[in-house]
Amino acid sequence: MVSIRKGGRKSSEDYESTPFLAAWWTYLSLAILVAFGYLRDFLRRIGLDKNHSADGRKNMKEFVPVSFESFVDRNILKRVNHCVSRPISSPPTVEVDVLERTSDDGNWHFRLTGRKRRCINLASYNYLGFAENEGPCVDATAHALQLYGAGVCSTRHELGNYRIHEELERTTARFLGVDDAITFGMGFCTNSMNIPVLVGGKGCLILSDEKNHASIVLGARLSGSVIKVFKHNDIDDLEEKLREAIINGRPKTRWAWRKILIIVEGIYSMEGSIVKLLEVIRLKKKYGAYLYLDEAHSIGALGETGRGVTEHWGVDPRDVDIMMGTFTKSFGAAGGYIAGSKELINHLRAYSHSTLYACSMSAPVAQQIISSMKIIMGEDGTDKGKLRIARLATNTRYFRQRLREMGFIVCGDEDSPVVPLLVCVPAKILALVEDLFERNIACAPAVFPATPMTEGRIRMCISASHTRQMLDKVLDSISELGDRMQLKYSL
Amino acid sequence: MAVEDVIVESWYMMQMIQAFLQAPVYHIVIEVLLIVWIIGLLFSKSYRIQERVQLTEKEKEDLLAEWKPEPLVPDTPEDHPALHPRVVSGKAGLKVVVDGKECLNLATLNFLGMLGNKRIEKAANTALYKYGVGSCGPRGFYGTVDVHLDLEDKLAKFTRTEEAILYAYGFATIASAIPAYSKRGDIVFCDEGACFAIQKGLLASRSKVVYFKHNDMEDLERLLKEQAKDDKKDPKKAAVTRRFVLVEGIYLNYGDIVPLPKLVELKYKYKVRIFIEESASFGVLGDNGRGVTEHFGVPIEDIDLISANMEMSLASIGGFCCGDSFVIDHQRLSGQGYCFSASLPPMLSVAASEALLIMEEKPGIFEELRTRCKWLHAKLSSIPGLKVCGEPISPIMHLQLAAPSGHAEDTTKLEIICNECMNQGVALTVARFLEKEEHLVPPPSIRVAVNVELTEDDIDHATSIIANVAKTVL
Repeated sequence: MVSIRKGGRKSSEDYESTPFLAAWWTYLSLAILVAFGYLRDFLRRIGLDKNHSADGRKNMKEFVPVSFESFVDRNILKRVNHCVSRPISSPPTVEVDVLERTSDDGNWHFRLTGRKRRCINLASYNYLGFAENEGPCVDATAHALQLYGAGVCSTRHELGNYRIHEELERTTARFLGVDDAITFGMGFCTNSMNIPVLVGGKGCLILSDEKNHASIVLGARLSGSVIKVFKHNDIDDLEEKLREAIINGRPKTRWAWRKILIIVEGIYSMEGSIVKLLEVIRLKKKYGAYLYLDEAHSIGALGETGRGVTEHWGVDPRDVDIMMGTFTKSFGAAGGYIAGSKELINHLRAYSHSTLYACSMSAPVAQQIISSMKIIMGEDGTDKGKLRIARLATNTRYFRQRLREMGFIVCGDEDSPVVPLLVCVPAKILALVEDLFERNIACAPAVFPATPMTEGRIRMCISASHTRQMLDKVLDSISELGDRMQLKYSL
Repeated sequence: MAVEDVIVESWYMMQMIQAFLQAPVYHIVIEVLLIVWIIGLLFSKSYRIQERVQLTEKEKEDLLAEWKPEPLVPDTPEDHPALHPRVVSGKAGLKVVVDGKECLNLATLNFLGMLGNKRIEKAANTALYKYGVGSCGPRGFYGTVDVHLDLEDKLAKFTRTEEAILYAYGFATIASAIPAYSKRGDIVFCDEGACFAIQKGLLASRSKVVYFKHNDMEDLERLLKEQAKDDKKDPKKAAVTRRFVLVEGIYLNYGDIVPLPKLVELKYKYKVRIFIEESASFGVLGDNGRGVTEHFGVPIEDIDLISANMEMSLASIGGFCCGDSFVIDHQRLSGQGYCFSASLPPMLSVAASEALLIMEEKPGIFEELRTRCKWLHAKLSSIPGLKVCGEPISPIMHLQLAAPSGHAEDTTKLEIICNECMNQGVALTVARFLEKEEHLVPPPSIRVAVNVELTEDDIDHATSIIANVAKTVL
């Protein structure tokens, strides 16, 4: 329940755990919700309450029911449904037009009211502020659209390999400081389609961090390897599992493992924590394991020149065997990449599921990535990239420091632009998100199962384009609401 | 009689007690020790053969030092075609510039010629200057743009279903939809010739997969009958096991069409739900391009889920699923590719919307496409040495060797044919597979794709080149 902080090295990521009273309230709230859930279900069954969940077709009554709406979905998640999936009608920059919706049947179905609300956007992953609808990137993208068209209709192995894809890969490799890179059309699929190619077949072990993203978990499962989970960012646990794996070998047969792959992320999106890369690399070199680093959130957002978590810790990127990342967050586009040695990339070019069976990246999207990457590297001849990175770092530190001073519990590393604020009690999370929205501030709630049961939080993503006034306005609102709802647990 | 038995029993007991009292001491001592030992054995830790001998620290360090992993990746042969891919410059429309040479495009899956359509590009351009490129978030966290809702609406109306859900990538669509419905313990009857994305979806779902022979409804019926027999033996388990049949509208790997009316019959007879993957038949079959259901006149309500990617007829990126609200809404919480991935970039969504509008405005385009397919099919069938696999009205046809030998040489011959055709101005591609990963590798073939913009002259010209090249190579 209340987590006891392990003794040992203090990294800037340690934060206080859920206060006892908050944890107690959380469990009580959940118990009340569940009790009401049962009551509502009972009322629905006897017909006193309207049953909004759709049923199967009348002519399929004899089929085995595919009863989808689970208890949690029907009774708990539907209550907060109005806070998720809010549609927008502008680019996801720092100020976004959110379309208002209303529901006539208790959040089961929505309709748009036609009104818009301009909010400060703390929910979109727009770290360097490239999610704009004007500027040199967008102009270059429009030109690529004219030149290549929107779609591709073919795979990389067939006729989907454009000159712009090759340019993108060269630029990515140069940006990261490695030999070669390969890009894919979707970030999620980059993990799920390539981890099976790297550790496919029997006899491989994957050591995966507890808080790894769903795409990594899916890729690891599809690979068919044995998966062992180590505690989040816990180097001692990882070392123990590595030693135990090598000494004891495979289960049952005790043969040696063919390969051991450690999979970690640069910044964890729900925790805001940065991986302890120096120690992980030390372990990897000591024991001979391979390292897969998923930099979905950290590429472009960390480091002096935006090169990601390797630059943040001062690590040579060639020490990481497989560097993976996505272009969705800091580059304002879509897609993913894997970068590393020439042999690795050649193997992926030949055998990746994506290059053989999935459509290649859309050409205008590839152009957007090339333009934004060149700006970050300073190759466009200006220092706009440097300024963006510096502003992001300043904004992040300022925002986190002010929140800490106010007395909130803020998770994660102090350099991480993902700022989760611990709220714990489900009703307070909902109230905070709604009240912030009333004050025209958009942020995202994160609850079980994405986080532990008693550590529900709201998550805010800082962008380089946020101005000091915007951040101050947000901080003042959060402070006021925090006082009202007694969220300043740290005081 | 019972009383006599009791008296006899008690007399035996008396004898035993007497014997016990008269036994020598050492005998009793041995017996007691034996009993104590047996009890001791019963309660002690059982001896397990796998019980690891405790290793000393030195031995552990030795093991750690000795262990050497395999290389991360094996060496890729230098001449692998993936390391020397063809490079396309400019748009891959009807004419495409490959490695500097302009060719007639019979390789990309751009059936309705939407790639390169000026109207679509204009709409996408407007969307680009309104929304930027990326949507920077998943659908749940402010990544839902109004154009997504608009496209979902349009798709639902076009396919005449209740709801549609949009995915950001074609491959992820069916690969996320299957595990959302079919879980461990459920049974999926899948066609042998299903494409790779379906196979990955089935693997992710952990359900029991039963493959039936490609497009063979009798084989499917046989398997369904067997399953029904098994169900009778265990009705309790059968009552909670969901059953699905997974087919494609037009098979990407074979070019043939699923016999849908027979399948619907089987559905109601054996109580299985039908999922159809319509990537290659959406925008191709049917009077209005609604797909295989319209082609056969089967009411769409009989199909439980239709999944399609927008990377073929609609010439955009992404995919969608459509069906009853009851079925589709479920994916908004359990479709992994929907919940955990950033949404489709708005300009690509608008490109698909515009393509859909064009399809609605020009319903004659589908019959034109099918006519060209029939022409090409007829012309290609007359080439000696090669045979055409696939329905005449399917825009995907596979050119196989009429007399195939072993696997590797056939693929090499077909590659040579493709390269030579490319040199002479016709772009073709060999269908590529990951042999070790596929459930059933189709025979080596050249995949030919028809574009509605092809003229009869183009088709004649292309087929004569292919015929000449085939003659010289084979």
